[in-house]
Amino acid sequence: MAECHPVAFRWVMEAKNRGATIIHVDPRFTRTSAVADLHVPIRPGSDIAFLGGIIHHVLEHDLWFKEYVEHYTNAATIVDEGFRDTEDLEGFFSGFDPKTNKYSWETWTYEGVDGVVPAAGHKEVYGEKGAGRHDLRGTKMLQRKTDPTLQHPRCVFQLLRKHYARYTPELVEATCGIPRATFLRVAETLGRNSGRDRTGAFCYAVGWTQHTVGVQYIRTAAILQLLLGNIGRPGGGIMALRGHTSIQGSTDIPTLFDLLPGYLPMPHAVLPDRGLDQYVNNNAAGVGWWSELRKYVVSLCKAWFGAAATAEDDWLFDALPRLSGNHSHMTTVAEMADGKVKGYFVMGENPTAGSMNGALHREGLRKLDWLVVRDFALIETAEFWRIAPEIERGEVRTEDIRTEVFFFPAAAHTEKDGSFTNTQRMLQWHERAIEPPGDCRSDLHFVFHLGRRLKALYAGSHAERDRAIQALTWDYPTRGAIEDPSAEAVLREINGYTVADGEPVPGFAELEADGSTACGCWIYSGCYKDGVNQPARRKPQSEQHWVAPEWGWAWPANRRILYNRASADPEGRPWSERKRYVWWDEEKKLWTGYDVPDFVKDRPPSYRPPPEATGIAALSGIDPFIMQADGKGWIFAPSGLIDGPFPTHYEPEESVVENPLYPQQCNPTRLEWNRRDNPYHSAHHDPRFPYVLTTYRLTEHHTAGGMSRWLGWLSELQPEMFCEVSRALAAEKGLRNGGWATITTARGEIECRVLVTDRLRPLRLKGRVVHTIGLPYHWSYVGRVRGDPANELIPFVADPNVSIQESKALTGDIRAGRHSRGRRAATDGVELRSPEPRVAPPRDLPGRRTVLRAPPVEPKR
Amino acid sequence: MPEVGFFTDTTLCIGCKACEVACKQWNQLPDDGFEFTGMSYDNTGQLGASTWRHVAFVERPAELPGQGSPRDGVEAGHRAFAELAPLGQAAPTSLLHDIAPTQLRTPVSLGPTQEALAGFSWLFLSDVCKHCERAGCLEACPTGAILRTEFGSVYVQPDVCNGCGYCVSACPFGVVERRADDGRAWKCTLCYDRLEGGLVPACAKACPTASIQFGPLDALRARAAERVDQLRARGVEQAYLYGEDAASQPGTQGLHAFFLLCDEPEVYGLPPDPVVPTAKIVRSWRAMATGVLSLAALALGAVFTARRV
Amino acid sequence: MAKVPILSEWPVLRQLRAGDASGLGATAASERTRTLAPRTASADRVARSVCPYCAVGCGQLVYVKDGKIIDLEGDPDSPVSQGCLCPKGAATFQLVTGAHRMEHVLYRRPGGTAWERIPLDRALDMVAERVKRTRDETWQERIEEPGAEHEGALVRRTLGIAHLGGATLDNEENYLIKKLFSALGVVQVENQARI
Repeated sequence: MAECHPVAFRWVMEAKNRGATIIHVDPRFTRTSAVADLHVPIRPGSDIAFLGGIIHHVLEHDLWFKEYVEHYTNAATIVDEGFRDTEDLEGFFSGFDPKTNKYSWETWTYEGVDGVVPAAGHKEVYGEKGAGRHDLRGTKMLQRKTDPTLQHPRCVFQLLRKHYARYTPELVEATCGIPRATFLRVAETLGRNSGRDRTGAFCYAVGWTQHTVGVQYIRTAAILQLLLGNIGRPGGGIMALRGHTSIQGSTDIPTLFDLLPGYLPMPHAVLPDRGLDQYVNNNAAGVGWWSELRKYVVSLCKAWFGAAATAEDDWLFDALPRLSGNHSHMTTVAEMADGKVKGYFVMGENPTAGSMNGALHREGLRKLDWLVVRDFALIETAEFWRIAPEIERGEVRTEDIRTEVFFFPAAAHTEKDGSFTNTQRMLQWHERAIEPPGDCRSDLHFVFHLGRRLKALYAGSHAERDRAIQALTWDYPTRGAIEDPSAEAVLREINGYTVADGEPVPGFAELEADGSTACGCWIYSGCYKDGVNQPARRKPQSEQHWVAPEWGWAWPANRRILYNRASADPEGRPWSERKRYVWWDEEKKLWTGYDVPDFVKDRPPSYRPPPEATGIAALSGIDPFIMQADGKGWIFAPSGLIDGPFPTHYEPEESVVENPLYPQQCNPTRLEWNRRDNPYHSAHHDPRFPYVLTTYRLTEHHTAGGMSRWLGWLSELQPEMFCEVSRALAAEKGLRNGGWATITTARGEIECRVLVTDRLRPLRLKGRVVHTIGLPYHWSYVGRVRGDPANELIPFVADPNVSIQESKALTGDIRAGRHSRGRRAATDGVELRSPEPRVAPPRDLPGRRTVLRAPPVEPKR
Repeated sequence: MPEVGFFTDTTLCIGCKACEVACKQWNQLPDDGFEFTGMSYDNTGQLGASTWRHVAFVERPAELPGQGSPRDGVEAGHRAFAELAPLGQAAPTSLLHDIAPTQLRTPVSLGPTQEALAGFSWLFLSDVCKHCERAGCLEACPTGAILRTEFGSVYVQPDVCNGCGYCVSACPFGVVERRADDGRAWKCTLCYDRLEGGLVPACAKACPTASIQFGPLDALRARAAERVDQLRARGVEQAYLYGEDAASQPGTQGLHAFFLLCDEPEVYGLPPDPVVPTAKIVRSWRAMATGVLSLAALALGAVFTARRV
Repeated sequence: MAKVPILSEWPVLRQLRAGDASGLGATAASERTRTLAPRTASADRVARSVCPYCAVGCGQLVYVKDGKIIDLEGDPDSPVSQGCLCPKGAATFQLVTGAHRMEHVLYRRPGGTAWERIPLDRALDMVAERVKRTRDETWQERIEEPGAEHEGALVRRTLGIAHLGGATLDNEENYLIKKLFSALGVVQVENQARI
């Protein structure tokens, strides 16, 4: 955190100064470790075993926060009797189909509910984006069975105990390389820091997400935080430290294939031709705010298609394109390499340096008809046709590349108005300070003027398929000679307005499904409340209380902590004076506090819904998790996750060890791209690749370097690509500090300088020594400072929930000296693939003979 | 005008180098070249003509108590960052300002020191011109290009400097350097222009963790002494101040930019006993006078002795 | 004609007058030194901005004079950052004013070995024309592949065009991208947020 988010770390240092204990878990000793109370080195790819071990410890030593867990989580809920755990099925949950590598969720449901329990947000009932199926969806949420004593063998609490029964300190040591004593200190510190008067927070970044089980890493932390009562409370939470200024905004208003703005699923091919009703049926929840989904999607159609969106035409919902599978980044690039994608827009992104298997990316770019790149400088993605290893090696000739390339210079944030959404969901407005130079333009300008041209080109068409572009509302006011569109007008549309008078709506609760309101992104509704640009608010912190609600605007409804009803006890009182945040005002019969209460504002803590209640009315006074179908924090996730209701330790796609817990080596539902240009190593013990590789960022650079490698002030601070190795590995491989090394995977080879350091130390797993090689990934072939990109080494392989690649744990080899000849599997490949066909053990069933057996679990409180 | 300066607390530094870049930005300094040094994360090496803040990275085969070892709760007199706000800048509100420290309970102890950290620590120090109370560069400058400002800082006037370089050898810390292109001597100005406008120096303003604190020297010295006590109470017995006054560093008569260190100065690349060369001038003259007198006495003696012969 | 030095400006007198006998203090100050002031004081206006690097969202102040950025530093009013910036944030001035920034549209023709400069409007026309051509050629009204999953299903899209955006794009920019591309039937719209 000190490495990549130094200013956020300011607050960690302040907390430390006030007595907080800072624990840093990382394969490397970093700038964060240097000032932490405790650094815990861990083998990359083993965090679920580590966190699962803490869950085990917290349960077995009764360190969990009983009142919170009993009332606010689904610990008491009884799960369907058809459910089988990974303990029963050697690493699989019930419902796995080996033909498709997917789970069906029927058995993961609650007992008494008439189908699958719908999850908030993503509702992929069939493990496919947007393909919800109504006939499977449970509606009778209030009929679910519970055991408030938490004794029932099928209640979530007991299932959790059973699931993690083997995640002992010994297992953690053998899996993660964390000495037992160190592990116990972490578990005790965390576990005892819980209760009415105490909270703890988790902060993570892509070290947790870039894995084939990345989403489940976060889930493990969520379970732990629910057990310790740390969600919805001040000083609690799980903080994603996101790496780009508006990466949260890019998810909320998604330029992502599977979502419409505000986490509405993209329409899917499962829908009938006239699909709106089915879409709503498939994706709306029976309880909570997701039950209002029709209002959000109709308002979106009104915002996009204006007067052309009428009730008779289902608001032109059917004009939207539909998914039929995974169209995520890696799939797109693979299809590009296969010649199926013809045109590509890359705006403010540098995938040939910043994404996995750069050579496969370049292969894709060579197959395009045309490519548009928008950036500050001529980045690698713009220059792929003349500066790349395969061009230097003569394997590809510039003259043979038929791709047309357009480079548009981009305007900087100082040259345009607009809002960024930071990692805490807070929108902040940046003002245009000066005019952009030369032909530099904002992406807003580019998209607006491209849209104008396309609308003109399609104006005369009578084809049904051109209706959407013809109907698209595209009349934003512009400014000046360059006709810069007004970002504030766009923000106004995002906020939403009443169609009759164009007045901004105050929030998403005011949206309607009858076409009387338009709204570009329902969760952002309220950002232009009262006609005021709320993200532009800059009331100094010194003039308001510590939550600072008048600085910027946080979605939803300017709420700074989500689910903050949980900051009060079941009776609605603050858990303690010190942890006071939001509470029930008995006199006024209202929820109140420092923040905007995240609850039905006049619903008393004593409210219990009648059995037939649905929608918002079905939330009881002690259901803080109002986006969930049952209002509870999900220790057990009955749906929403493709790879299991409980996080389970699986090894990375490429590992140096066998899975010590289950015969199933890897996440059985992970996404693979088995192609000539994307070869994988053996699942474990590949003799060619004996070391663990992990990639990361440095304080001095920014991701793939597009915003740092061209700047002298940053480049001089970290001028060259290097790897970090321990003294032991350096001795073993003859690596010299300041010298050169060549690092190889089946995808390619790179060379870089060597930094030998005590900050990386070999880990011991049951007597076996595991070496990790650290690789910052900022450099590439052009720019002020250059170096081989670490991402050339990374394969296409992904988490099944979110299609994020696994770049934080893989295997590779290292040699002293400069031997790299720039070889890439995606171009010549021959030398990098095995000299003779190797008989690799099957990846998913490595045929382990002995598996650690679970001790019998007795029901216990 | 009170004398102002920097108190750089190395125990709060996270080695982010914001100070280096903020300084370059404000003073519009060029980069120093792009050389991988292999010295931990330090690739700018040292202070120089175009690097006026420099962060040293020390990978040390010894642990630092208080980091990676048990600490007990909130000590009396802890300071929130709000209180560490640089002078001349509105004191920012502390995140937790409405919670009195006494309400904070003692956190769970981490228990005995753990093995992974044993024998290792990574120390950071953001080095800068010390603006010595007795400044060698100032006294050595023959052209009047260097002066003592009303803020007590030592400032090189670029429009007066003729690049003679006397100041370079007169600095016991190796701070001043002549720039290759224009030949003139350059170093930290303590953001003299910003001070004139009531602004905090750029490095202190940018520093995310209040490792670089700026303010009147008296207040900084008091704060620093308190911090040393606090750290020692936490078990960091090695904590001490470097150059905070004349008594602690007679060779410079004390520094206007002083440091809190946890190891020998040499470990951070600082001289253990810096002496301004001009401090030896009186002694040199005295020695010379003694020598001359001795020679005279010897000569006279010789004459008398010779007469006796 | 050379200016006659005024006697009172004679250094010895000045030093005596100022009590600066050694001449190491104010009396040594040049005219430039005496009038030194922060350049921010001369700014025409200050734009309130946000750091474009990571997602912490530190406040920035952009000082502008004569249409040029003369300084860029942290905003002390921000409850997020209280005036601080990290090295990247502190380097923002160089990011937005540096010589690395391209200011012209460039075009590389098929098989070409060099960039060519073309006017912005023409480039936009060319891109629009290519989008239309590719979209029309690769349009998929229904899944027609026999035996495919969802065979016969209405999809109304093109898989011939794709988009990848960085996560330093403004919300308003992302919104227009998603809106325009969805209306064109482009589903392969992705972002750094995936990565």
